[in-house]
Amino acid sequence: MSALAATTAELSRWQFAITIIYHFLFVPITIGMGLFVAGLQTAWYRTKQERYQRLTVFFGKILIINIALGVVTGIVQEFQFGMNWATYSRYVGDIFGAPLAIEGLVAFFLESVFIGLWIFGAGRLSPRVHLATIWAVALGSILSAYFILAANSWMQHPVGYHLNKVSGRAEMTSLWAIMTQGNLLEAFAHVMSAAVVTAGALVLAVSAYHLLKKNEVELFAHTAQISLVVLLIGGISVATWGHFQGQLVSREQPMKMAAAEALFETEKPASLSLFALQPFEKYPSKNSFNVTVPHALSFLTDWRWNSKVYGINYWQREYQKEYGAGNYKPIVAVNYWSFRLMIAIGTLLVGWAALGLWLVRRRKLEQSRRFLRLSIPLLALPFLANTFGWLLREMGRQPWVVEGLLKTSDAFSRAVSVQAVAFTLAGFVLVYTLLAAIEAGLVVYVVKRGPEPPADKGEQPKRIELGY
Amino acid sequence: MGGDFLSLQGFWFVVIGVLWAGYLVLEGFDFGVGMLMRLIGRNDAERKAVIGTIEPVWDGNEVWLIVAGGATFAAFPNWYATLFSGYYIVFFLILIALIFRGVAIEYRTKRDDRRWRSAWELAIVLGSAVPAFLWGLTFANIIHGVPIDSHGEFSGGLLDLFGGYAILGGLTSLTLFAFHGAVFLTLRTTGEVRLRAKKFAIRLVAPAAALVLAIFVWSATDSGGTDGKWIAAALLAGIAALLLTLSLGLVFRDRDGAAFAATALAICSSVAAFFVGLYPNVLVSSTRQGNLFGTVTTVNNLTVFSSSSSHHTLATMAIVALIFTPIVLAYQTWTYWVFRARLRGDPLPGGELLRGPNDRPTS
Repeated sequence: MSALAATTAELSRWQFAITIIYHFLFVPITIGMGLFVAGLQTAWYRTKQERYQRLTVFFGKILIINIALGVVTGIVQEFQFGMNWATYSRYVGDIFGAPLAIEGLVAFFLESVFIGLWIFGAGRLSPRVHLATIWAVALGSILSAYFILAANSWMQHPVGYHLNKVSGRAEMTSLWAIMTQGNLLEAFAHVMSAAVVTAGALVLAVSAYHLLKKNEVELFAHTAQISLVVLLIGGISVATWGHFQGQLVSREQPMKMAAAEALFETEKPASLSLFALQPFEKYPSKNSFNVTVPHALSFLTDWRWNSKVYGINYWQREYQKEYGAGNYKPIVAVNYWSFRLMIAIGTLLVGWAALGLWLVRRRKLEQSRRFLRLSIPLLALPFLANTFGWLLREMGRQPWVVEGLLKTSDAFSRAVSVQAVAFTLAGFVLVYTLLAAIEAGLVVYVVKRGPEPPADKGEQPKRIELGY
Repeated sequence: MGGDFLSLQGFWFVVIGVLWAGYLVLEGFDFGVGMLMRLIGRNDAERKAVIGTIEPVWDGNEVWLIVAGGATFAAFPNWYATLFSGYYIVFFLILIALIFRGVAIEYRTKRDDRRWRSAWELAIVLGSAVPAFLWGLTFANIIHGVPIDSHGEFSGGLLDLFGGYAILGGLTSLTLFAFHGAVFLTLRTTGEVRLRAKKFAIRLVAPAAALVLAIFVWSATDSGGTDGKWIAAALLAGIAALLLTLSLGLVFRDRDGAAFAATALAICSSVAAFFVGLYPNVLVSSTRQGNLFGTVTTVNNLTVFSSSSSHHTLATMAIVALIFTPIVLAYQTWTYWVFRARLRGDPLPGGELLRGPNDRPTS
């Protein structure tokens, strides 16, 4: 491959990485907040307490602001497969296109049509039907994640296909296998839990802000408690599914897991690395410094204290035998630190939620200014953890774009010039940065204004009105 | 690979045609409303009414594009790959425009600030006009032909996408959508705003019909074909022009619903004419090659056969489409029924505009 083509491929990767990470900032909020707002509106429908009407409208506005950016940046992702990864699209379109098309038809329509009904339909629909529309939005966003993860899981662990000798392409043999494989189910559970955690952290931060300002203390003490429970349960769920996912990946993509653990040589029993450094090169073959816990990696991999875990160098040799000469190692440092930072953040959030609930139990939450103050910047953590998780999943698969079938370096568009990719990369970065600043400003503006005042005595109770 | 293999590809070609027709009819009027919003809405209240006609539905309308793209990816991967990578910069510009437009519609009212609103309104106007033009340009290029090499890859440069025919295609869709949007506004508004929309519709109908005819005349001379396919395409184009003229009469008589149905059908028959004229190709190549006898022919067209997925995928996806499309159509149609009330451009109590939380004065 020429140097120019290599640059095109490299820039296309940066563009995809930047736009997908950006898109995935909004996805977990949409899913998590969608469920949260649907829950609030259900509480209002059941109890008719005004506080739930006010909270639904308030958090609903934050949801809408995020959905807007999630939707428009999602279109970019669908187009980009064809625009920048035409060779990939030709090779896997038979399989990969199906979940993408189904996502549009089954999930995205549901979310997009019903969000319009929810925002503007309060005055035109009965309260019961209006409540159903927000649940349809939440369901749509969840299904959306499922189908996109189905497509992604196939890239991690191809199933339900055969290779057509004539066309040289992968062809689908079973949509059912693609839609139900373990890699997908565990990733889905992990991502859903992470979305719930993200929403929990957001609600906690917003509640903490108003509690610190002594604004609507009763209202926000209530949401702070809800968010702490959500955060605790969601965090434990993330960790549980993350663990099982790790075990599955160590069987399905052993190179990825070995890189995530910086395990270069095969060990029996295998020690868990806590802090490892490698020689400063792109594809090192040993650690230069390593703090380990004996037996722990064996135990985490398959629950046995003395099992054998194969290392990076072993898989490199095996893959060379199977696929020919070349590098089959991902960048170890990226995977190793993404993995560890993700876990560290998850653990911290669970601990934080436990601390918060302890304060609630002692009836000291509203007075614990330090806890509340720190809960605001804490909001950055779930976004970082989400990003680290995706870095591990995608960077750990390298050099493959489809594990064992197609390399990333072969997958790019031949018809696109390096100048064109450089231009669009710069364009996306510029536009996305601008929109991120506007979006963040708008969320802060809405959060600071707080909920609408309650209805005056004798006034009609208000509806859930977001359209104006 | 028997006869039903061929018909499955035909089926998916039709499905994709229907998806594009749905997209262009629905987002067509969104684009029109967006482009004209500052001309038809003269003040804040009027603009609110104008945008209010598409606010609840634009998001669902845009999903037709996502599904059209996804269906093309699933059913014709080579078509999807060559088109999207070949028209790279055009699609990039469409994406950026759609991003700003979508965000603008949602964010415009989120702050009580005149400059904030003006900036987003500009984004709505440009974000509507740019894709309205570029979709026509894209479709014109698909059928007119761009350089394609023997690997089925686009082999031209950026300027190959901006030929005379393509520009004419872009102007056609731009004008057609503006007209369609104006007619939609006559149906969905009342009072001053509706009268102004009517005036715009009357002004726009002649250029729209003329451009539709012009592009089909150019297409006919272009192909030089006289086979059944081209007769059918010409017939459909004629019907489109006729429907546009008919809609003018209906606008004059204040038959707003019928007029809108006529412009929607005009767009459908234009799209039908396009796909009939295109079949069995999905991307026409302008690359020419001479043979030993000096005859020059066009080579490297992408066809439904050379670009499709396997039989299994086409069949499986056909079942999925047949189950879910009616469901989607049902709830989307219901949405339009829910939001059928006309909006008027004054914020009087009892008017159709709901007074919302952010209308209260800032303290």
